[in-house]
Amino acid sequence: MPKHDTPMIDELESGPWPSFVTDLKRQAEKSPQCWDILGKMELSFRDRITHWKHGGIVGVFGYGGGIVGRYSDVPEQYPGVAHFHTVRLNQPSSKFYTTEKLRQVCDLWEKRGSGMTNMHGSTGDLVLLGTTTDQLEPLFYDLTHDLNWDLGGSGSNLRTPSCCLGKARCEYSCIDTQALCHHLTMHYQDEIHRPAFPYKFKFKFSGCPNDCVAAIARSDFAVIGTWRDDIRIDQSQVKGYLNGDYAPNAGAHSGRDWGKFDIEKEVLDLCPTGCMRMNGEELQIDNSNCTRCMHCINVMPRALRPGLEQGATICVGAKAPILDGAQFATMTIPFLKVDPDNEFEEVVEVIEKIWDWWMEVGKNRERVGETIMRIGLPTFLKVMEVDVLPQHIKEPRSNPYVFWGEDEVEGGWDRSVVEFRKRHAQ
Amino acid sequence: MGYDPENPMADRITDIGPPHFEQMFPPVVKNNYGKWLYHEILEPGVLMHKSETGDECYTVRVGAARLISVEHIRELCDVADAHCDGHLRWTTRNNVEFMVDAKAKVQPLMDDLKSRGNKFPIGGTGAGVTNIVHTQGWMHCHTPATDASGVVKAVMDELFDYFTSMTLPAQVRIALACCLNMCGAVHASDIAILGVHRKPPMIDYDQISAVCEIPLAVSACPLGAIRPAKGTNSAGEEVKAVAVKNERCMFCGNCYTMCPAMPLADPDGDGIAILVGGKVSNSKSMPKFSKLVIPFLPNTPPRWPETVSAIKNILEVYAKNARKYERVGEWAERIGWEKFFEITGIPFTIKSIDDYRLAYDTWRTTTQFKFTSHIK
Repeated sequence: MPKHDTPMIDELESGPWPSFVTDLKRQAEKSPQCWDILGKMELSFRDRITHWKHGGIVGVFGYGGGIVGRYSDVPEQYPGVAHFHTVRLNQPSSKFYTTEKLRQVCDLWEKRGSGMTNMHGSTGDLVLLGTTTDQLEPLFYDLTHDLNWDLGGSGSNLRTPSCCLGKARCEYSCIDTQALCHHLTMHYQDEIHRPAFPYKFKFKFSGCPNDCVAAIARSDFAVIGTWRDDIRIDQSQVKGYLNGDYAPNAGAHSGRDWGKFDIEKEVLDLCPTGCMRMNGEELQIDNSNCTRCMHCINVMPRALRPGLEQGATICVGAKAPILDGAQFATMTIPFLKVDPDNEFEEVVEVIEKIWDWWMEVGKNRERVGETIMRIGLPTFLKVMEVDVLPQHIKEPRSNPYVFWGEDEVEGGWDRSVVEFRKRHAQ
Repeated sequence: MGYDPENPMADRITDIGPPHFEQMFPPVVKNNYGKWLYHEILEPGVLMHKSETGDECYTVRVGAARLISVEHIRELCDVADAHCDGHLRWTTRNNVEFMVDAKAKVQPLMDDLKSRGNKFPIGGTGAGVTNIVHTQGWMHCHTPATDASGVVKAVMDELFDYFTSMTLPAQVRIALACCLNMCGAVHASDIAILGVHRKPPMIDYDQISAVCEIPLAVSACPLGAIRPAKGTNSAGEEVKAVAVKNERCMFCGNCYTMCPAMPLADPDGDGIAILVGGKVSNSKSMPKFSKLVIPFLPNTPPRWPETVSAIKNILEVYAKNARKYERVGEWAERIGWEKFFEITGIPFTIKSIDDYRLAYDTWRTTTQFKFTSHIK
């Protein structure tokens, strides 16, 4: 495959940030179709428009997801990328790798595809970017037989679940995000690989309310670690912060001189509920008024830790704006046990309640958050069989249009207008 | 052995899922799983996690393009083999982390990374700008209104010093989505770069009967701007097609997703909108959506100078004015959006006033406001 003149994208080889153009040229020495990627990219830069056709259904036998078809609209000019399908590999939970395993993926992809990847796709998959239809089955065979590895999701199915790094290397995590993510990924292989839902459905698992995988913004089913007892305080370490022995916020602000650490200004005054006070050098927290936002813990990680009665808050229905506007996930279950020892049965039960309802009432291409919007949170809460709580709302409704049920009203709805008129002239 | 096209179902293995995460852990992570006590950022890009066992895990974080080659991954593996016993990980924001179990191993690792040109910039921690999460753009997507990798490279080149330092009031999360589908979910980012269309779809009468189900195309429009209508193809034949009420179109592109015969991308129509003030974390304030402050900037490859300077301006005004710990959205809300527009010098336009669903939630229904220069 010949090299193309690429003066525009060549300009992206300069500058301090790593250059994907330089990287593509490096790979092109081994995978000549990368010259056509570069040429076609240059064409898009020149024309200021994409040169990929709409759609193209490809896949491997028995799966309805995991591979996204892509064809060029200028196939003769750049034959090396005429077909450029994407293969989604389900990433190991929280994206730790051994070099041995990664090198196997590299070798496989150099043999079966373009050699270019996304580490990672927005949902979390390890994305292999660009191959031809005839390579898909052989690739899948090698992937499952030699690498013991499977595809992720695409289409109207359960998308590849993802999680934060949790207990692997974070002191805040209140749930075992990896174990939960891996267990549910294995439990729902059928739902990941064979689309049967109204639309896509995403699981994301964050260990604490800092929510490093953006579960509350991006997932239909968000499991976010929390606790329901008291924040653990080590008063001697509080003194350490007061004395300036430790950098606040784990040193995250050390690039600028913000002055001496001021616990009033930096912690107490920024607490959203004002539930903290200093009694001399002792930090006191009114835990009954704490909403577990994490700010104080983030600022003083050596002194404060989440409580010990740990579990998760379940929020449902987040999505990006298409179509009715963006939605954050709605808090549905305040506190749920997340227990690896019973194979997370409490979590599974909640998921299946949502699916049973959504698969029945959800419209084609309607995310569950939109279904809840259309039908109403009260109905959804009834379906979920959860206690109705003030925690479900930011404030009570300000309109009076309550959907009373007939059985809630004394005497029901059957009345005689004739009897009514006897007492009330028209 | 291997795949046999004559017998495709032979020895088929399915539904085995991903490799188990535990196989991938470095020993220091495996031994201290769930035992971490606290962490500290020792310098930009370098973290130390302390375990109750006394163990310490040192992490060096480096930036990477999201679009990377297997040759690049192999070089990352070389580094991990030389210093980290063959282990590494990726973050949710396309950064790569190398972990070692002793402080003495940090400097040789960093020296190695720095010796490899600009491939592995160390940073992306704390109160700085970390890596941009983004979508495919012109590299691989069929619906984009802008590129992704190119814009990100241009922006990160300009903001590079904020990646390698921690001088901002708080962390700043930047994200890019190349169309309104928002595969990049930029709706909750401090600064969001969003590809937008501005021309209604064209109708390809030669293709529409073959590639579209007309009712699906009609129902795809959230504003009811599409109706079934007859059209004439280039052979002069009447075909079943659709008609679009252009003045009702909000350029979301959902019709094109459902019907390939309704393309709307255009070199002049497409470009970038900038949204700011979103956040995901529950820390201090509740999660917030990003808000549209610049409705349109043109697509100007290869380096998108208008977009780059708009972002740099917002970032620097924020850096100068916000209080410690204050995210972009928290700062804008404290000073008021009228002040935000005034001090950033971003012209306020009618395009920032919502007229879509639930729009009323964003209108001001109080006499409380600030007399900024907008009021003549």
